[in-house]
Amino acid sequence: MEHNGNYKNEFGWFADKPKVPRKLFHAKAVVGGLLIFLVLVTAPLWRNLGKVVPAPDPKLNTQAILALPEKDRVCVEDTAFMKANHMRLLVDWRDEVVRNGNRDYINSKGKRHLASLSNNCMECHSNKSQFCDQCHNYVAVAPNCWGCHWEKEKKQVAQTEAK
Amino acid sequence: MDFFKRHFLVPLIAVLGLIAIAYLGVAANLQFVFGVVIPYLAVLIFFEGLIYRAISWARSPVPFKIPSTCAQVKSLPWIKRDLADKLDNPENKWWAMGRMALEILAFRSLFRNTRTTLLRHQEKPEDSRLIHWSYKWLWLGALAFHYAFLIVILRHIRFFTQPVPHWVTALAEVDGFVQFYIPTVYITGVLMVVALLYLLARRIYTPTLRYISLAADYFPLLLIISIGITGILMRYFYKVDIAAVKQLAVGLATLKPVVPAGIGSIFYVHLFLVCVLFAYFPFSKLMHAPGVFFSPTRNLPGDNRWNLHVNPWNYPVKFHDYMHQEDEYREAMIEAGLPVEKEK
Repeated sequence: MEHNGNYKNEFGWFADKPKVPRKLFHAKAVVGGLLIFLVLVTAPLWRNLGKVVPAPDPKLNTQAILALPEKDRVCVEDTAFMKANHMRLLVDWRDEVVRNGNRDYINSKGKRHLASLSNNCMECHSNKSQFCDQCHNYVAVAPNCWGCHWEKEKKQVAQTEAK
Repeated sequence: MDFFKRHFLVPLIAVLGLIAIAYLGVAANLQFVFGVVIPYLAVLIFFEGLIYRAISWARSPVPFKIPSTCAQVKSLPWIKRDLADKLDNPENKWWAMGRMALEILAFRSLFRNTRTTLLRHQEKPEDSRLIHWSYKWLWLGALAFHYAFLIVILRHIRFFTQPVPHWVTALAEVDGFVQFYIPTVYITGVLMVVALLYLLARRIYTPTLRYISLAADYFPLLLIISIGITGILMRYFYKVDIAAVKQLAVGLATLKPVVPAGIGSIFYVHLFLVCVLFAYFPFSKLMHAPGVFFSPTRNLPGDNRWNLHVNPWNYPVKFHDYMHQEDEYREAMIEAGLPVEKEK
């Protein structure tokens, strides 16, 4: 009998070390479970795998913008700030207008702008589907601005503001 | 440094160091490393490590049948068993699956958690007694954290898919139904951090828990808290160009990585901490996620009384029974006048 080594005392040899079978126990459940996990985790990514998803392409070629001279084609703040912070800016405008009746916005360069989505922003960016919706749809956000402010209802908003 | 300081401060410094590494890395224009190389590496380590450990667990035999018997076992027909008994002491594999589902989805064993307190009697100290009372806060904190984290992760699918599945936008809408602040505050994001802070506070404030808490317990807590806080800061305060972030994420998901310019460093800090979490996962206590499926006290049916569980290690044992003994000493026994089974 092979004794695997040194397990001996005054009563004799100890039993052999157990020979643990080298097999995958419950292979079906384990491999199945891991497969289900992998499928669940990767499933949302299959659709576009290996494809190039086009980046959003907000268009700046409305008539109002093109009519401006090159040097005046700037937004109320610089582009990087507007990309990240325009939602906050618009809400601050809304609060100022609705609560204090203040339509003046002094930007970081000290220049005064009219604080109005319909009558200022969308004068230049009148192409909602080619400008606003480009990124909003891309990152799946649904801002509730458009409940009131949308070119079709511009008159209606203007009327409400006139009252 | 005493035990607690060592085990709490080291992970704290580690997490702050990780934040600094990502911040300085981006300052040194290593956007490609932190935005593409490390995320791929981390995901690779996560899946490779998780599968490796799950397979190595599956290769370890369960020598004994050790289901925990937390209720009345199936017995004589007139002994009543209700639904809870059947789930807490499952009689077959279907009920064991029920118990597993309850454990994984509702954290049943934490729900049964009790705490022992010595209730001191002011006038008569001899009337002081130990009471064991149901303690649900750990269960509630753990449940809140895990489900909030799950929903936070599911919401992030919007960055990896185009078009975004409807159920993801619906989930985000429900999550943000309070319509508070711009962008809308997601309840689960806040809930996750609050629950984590509770789970951290209980380790620090309960002396018995502090005594058994190690760096490996604090590190994941602090890491996930930092992930939550950087995420919240990025969403509500130090904003980044989210369309560029999605371009990067979609690039990773489609295996066509791009690194758009102009994403703030806080995004890379957030991403790097998530990568560390992914890479750390297979080496840590976080493996309780797959591990719960391998728990023999939970996943075995409690049918010990009527089904024999054979130890897979079993090997032929050389017995030395009475007849062998008698064969060996027969002559001496007969000589000494002892009774024997066989004369010859």
